[in-house]
Amino acid sequence: MAYLEFAPALQRHAAAPPVTAPADSLQSLLSTAFAQQPALQSYVLDEQGCVRKHVAVFLNGRLLHDRRRLDVPLAPDDRIYIAQALSGG
Amino acid sequence: MRLSVATRKGLFELSQRNGDWDVDALHFVGEPVTAALHDSASGRAIAALRMGHFGVKLRVSDDRGKNWEEVGSPVFPPKPEGIEDSNPWTLDQVWILEGFQSKHPQRLWAGTHPGGLFRSDDGGRSWHLIESLWNMPERKQWFGGGYDIPGIHSICVHPQDPDDIVVGVSCGGAWRTRDGGNTWTVGQGMRATFMPPEGQLNPVIQDPHRIVQCESNPDVLWTQHHCGIWKSTDRGANWSEITTARPSNFGFAVAVHPRDADAAWFMPLVSDEKRVTVNGSVVATRTRDGGVTFDVLDAGLPQRNAYDMVYRHGLDIAADGAHLAAGSTTGSLWVSADSGASWQTVGVRLPPIYAVRFI
Repeated sequence: MAYLEFAPALQRHAAAPPVTAPADSLQSLLSTAFAQQPALQSYVLDEQGCVRKHVAVFLNGRLLHDRRRLDVPLAPDDRIYIAQALSGG
Repeated sequence: MRLSVATRKGLFELSQRNGDWDVDALHFVGEPVTAALHDSASGRAIAALRMGHFGVKLRVSDDRGKNWEEVGSPVFPPKPEGIEDSNPWTLDQVWILEGFQSKHPQRLWAGTHPGGLFRSDDGGRSWHLIESLWNMPERKQWFGGGYDIPGIHSICVHPQDPDDIVVGVSCGGAWRTRDGGNTWTVGQGMRATFMPPEGQLNPVIQDPHRIVQCESNPDVLWTQHHCGIWKSTDRGANWSEITTARPSNFGFAVAVHPRDADAAWFMPLVSDEKRVTVNGSVVATRTRDGGVTFDVLDAGLPQRNAYDMVYRHGLDIAADGAHLAAGSTTGSLWVSADSGASWQTVGVRLPPIYAVRFI
């Protein structure tokens, strides 16, 4: 089972409980999360389906750099962490 | 009378008590609010948040801002494979909100970065892109002015005909539709001195910083353009340059009297190359004769070491035609009750101001 957790900064705006689900890709895990909390999608992805410019997705603590590719394979017990990137003023 | 002030750190509402303006509500503290629109009659309001991390979010209120609800934001359609377009098809910010007209209380318009025009017919809960403008070949000539991408900052809906709309684009000219957005024509006569000589009169790349219409005579439009001041008396088909403004004809903001099309106000800056107040003095300029002459209005405005800049949505005139408000990108706010003849400094230190509006 893959595990997905959202940073507190996002939970300030939308309900974003952790998700534990069978998923063979990041796309699949995100789809499960968005099915449970539809409002979350627009906070994480833009309308072209890419990870927002100032959102960071970590796979087992490693930052994923390609915002357009969500077909990243997941192994059982992989952990995804979605946070706000450092930006703004 | 109340004031709505959209800032980099939230949406402020101010009212007058014992003659002094003060903040009596703050919404979305900490979030950039790029545009807001209130309907004083019904108490409805809509605000556009540009969250630094999580994109653009719209919030609506039915009870004068006591409670806000998140609603759907404008979204661009999927970008077709292989299409040549240097603009992203993703919403960066809502730059202007208009609507809440009494005859069509549910209809709203949003102008965005990139240069999209969106319409809602359900009070802002859902939006659709006006594809005729977005798919127009001329849009490929638009470019960003002060931003990386072009944007729509002005939407002038005819007070009697909701299908007759003029929009202003930086940098993309002034466009009019008379059929609710099915077809568009661009106005002629503006001049872009930042272009090579052969392209300066190209109407499609002009940079009108802000366009406003006279509510009682909407054939008359005023523009503070990147290269000066222009006026139209035929609802944007043709534009004539006004060269008499002093101390400068450069700036971003313009307001026009709701019942006197010859009366307009501006907040001048030195020039394109030097976007600061002239000699460190904040002044407003006003014409009351259609641009033949201008008054320089400085009573009550800071005259020493004041480098405040009033951005394109930072100046507004109330329905009474007498009250004006100006908010600066350094967070200063001034209000006039006598058509700009004198100004009162609002004694609050606000975040950078994006937009002011009388409610």
